[in-house]
Amino acid sequence: MSAFTPPPLPSDDKRWKIVNGTMRKNGFARHALIETLHTVQSSFGYLDDDAIRFVALSLRVPLSQAYGVATFYHYFSLKPPGEHTMTLCTGTACYIKGTDKLVSSAEQRLGLKAGQTTKDGKISLMTARCVGACSRAPVVICDGEVAGEVTNEQMIAQLERWAVE
Amino acid sequence: MTIEELEQIAKSVHQENAKYDYEVYVCMDLACASQGASALRDALVKAAEASGKKVLIRKTGCMGPCSSGPLVRVDPDETLYARAKDKDAQAIVSSLGGTPVPKLQCDLNEHFDKQVRVVLENAGHIDPEKIDDYISRDGYKALLTALSEMTPNGVIHRITESGLRGRGGGGYPTGLKWATVSKASGEVKYVVCNGDEGDPGAFMDRSVMEGDPHRVIEGMAIAAYAVGASKGFIYVRAEYPVAVARLTTALREARRRGLLGNNICNTTFNFDIEIRLGAGAFVCGEETALIASIEGRRGMPKPRPPYPAVSGLWGKPTLINNVETYANVAPIVRNGGKWFFNMGSERSKGTKVFALTGRIANTGLIEVPLGIKLWEIIDVIGGGVPGGHKLKAIQTGGPSGGCIPADMLTLGVSYDALMAAGSIMGSGGMIVMDDTSCMVNVARFFVEFCMTESCGKCIPCRAGTAQMYTLLTRICEGTASMNDLELLVDLCGTVRETSLCGLGQTAPNPVLSTLKYFKNEYIEHIVHKRCPAGVCNMAGAGAVETTSVEVPA
Repeated sequence: MSAFTPPPLPSDDKRWKIVNGTMRKNGFARHALIETLHTVQSSFGYLDDDAIRFVALSLRVPLSQAYGVATFYHYFSLKPPGEHTMTLCTGTACYIKGTDKLVSSAEQRLGLKAGQTTKDGKISLMTARCVGACSRAPVVICDGEVAGEVTNEQMIAQLERWAVE
Repeated sequence: MTIEELEQIAKSVHQENAKYDYEVYVCMDLACASQGASALRDALVKAAEASGKKVLIRKTGCMGPCSSGPLVRVDPDETLYARAKDKDAQAIVSSLGGTPVPKLQCDLNEHFDKQVRVVLENAGHIDPEKIDDYISRDGYKALLTALSEMTPNGVIHRITESGLRGRGGGGYPTGLKWATVSKASGEVKYVVCNGDEGDPGAFMDRSVMEGDPHRVIEGMAIAAYAVGASKGFIYVRAEYPVAVARLTTALREARRRGLLGNNICNTTFNFDIEIRLGAGAFVCGEETALIASIEGRRGMPKPRPPYPAVSGLWGKPTLINNVETYANVAPIVRNGGKWFFNMGSERSKGTKVFALTGRIANTGLIEVPLGIKLWEIIDVIGGGVPGGHKLKAIQTGGPSGGCIPADMLTLGVSYDALMAAGSIMGSGGMIVMDDTSCMVNVARFFVEFCMTESCGKCIPCRAGTAQMYTLLTRICEGTASMNDLELLVDLCGTVRETSLCGLGQTAPNPVLSTLKYFKNEYIEHIVHKRCPAGVCNMAGAGAVETTSVEVPA
């Protein structure tokens, strides 16, 4: 039996080299699946079929297992994110301080459900299961910036700013 | 690296610090950072340079009272400033050597007086990205002492003697767990740190990993020596990018100093640690699910036995402890088991870190000796419920825990007392609720959490939590009957008795504990179609008009 040769990179996009780097660092071991999917998501923003297929073949993991892992964990997204992402924390402390009202207000303003992206691809509305900033609840993360004690007015104002950009 | 070399490093850090007249510490933890702590630090550096005074500006991990952030501490006077903004930097620097800035001073003496800091002893005192800072506060001394002066069994004996119990929430005696792994047969063993802090409303482990990462590494290394492992994994939530970055830096520094790697301290002990990222699954806090996740698979639990102590990661004996448990190890080895044993209550020794949040004046991170009365935490440390509202309940243990009603404030906080009250210690989330919270809705919130986080492997949890959620939704919408309530109680029993892992077994706890103490709220929802707290929307219920409907004053 011949030695295993990893599949060629899907395209000459440089980001695949980063993905390949993670796998090489782990000796193309099967247990590197989650690590590698993290690298794909941080490089490309989400996991698409090509990426999952490439990673599965490279690590010699059945496609079903790779897809299973990609869909099991909430952190992985199979859809591309919008230009801007607003993540509302829905942990217990934030819930006690009224996050549910923020979520429904944002859903209403954008005309979508949490987890979706506006049709023009501008804004994604996400929820998180606690980001650990509970002392400043309710917490909203706007493009990675954590804001605490957010009011409905502040949140809507941020959405308006993004919408007219 | 030897103990003498460690002392040399500590000495040079102290000498370096002595060159400055003042040390200004800025808390850069998430809560303070989200209130402009980094702009404040930059402004302080600038102001210090312009002033010509000998001032050292340092960034640190969480100081505790997050609601008063951004926090600044000035040494040697130990002046604590609250709500400091970048525009206050000039005033802070000018006041050095004179009287403190009055408008920034805060009275948190009561908040701190009741606390005892073991796990958080370095929080707010060291720069988490500098290993020398940690060493200057007796860091890694415990590891090197253990390696050079103690046998592995001696270390286990000391941990057993301390009475330390697992801080992830289960409360299993740590010494016993270590002894089991140590006795398990096999050449290869692993040490795993559970940093998958999935309990929503808790952030103790994040703060420890971010504010004092070397403490966790040292604890793991000592554990590895004790049980005979040479490889460790820290499993961290991907939602904590700063913790991952700080741990990565800390591991690199520890290797550079020869505190990880081969022949540590010129002994035959080899040990290194890898970081593994979680990916947002609450169930991965369960040890067998966590192992599956480290192996790159879906995080689904397995029936125990075999316990991971016998057959864990890749089938090898594996020691799994929580972040806070490891954080307690170094001080115990350093100060002796008796020292730790003398703190705390009869069967719960030592201290516990809690994340105090919700409807309370001083939110943040606290560390208290176990056995402390709940009212001391709420009224004294927490400063009570703000806004003239009335305390209703205290939630501990997250989705696996329960609610303790306001009239049980004389309860001493320990594993057994909380369990007897229908809740659990949990990992340390403590969420305060006032009269604006509806306890039925709270129960529904947690059941929804467990429903979406159920891995789906066993039916009681997968289907049971979904049915529980449907019933609770009906109650919240005012369309339920008393039969539904009976069914709910019955279902809670089934899910608790027959689920495979802790997630399902404890999922009914929030329902059962609120039913135990707040049954009248359930009855109000069902019989009178009315939510006493005004949280649930009963629009679809065809609300029964009664004279008891409250009119806002």
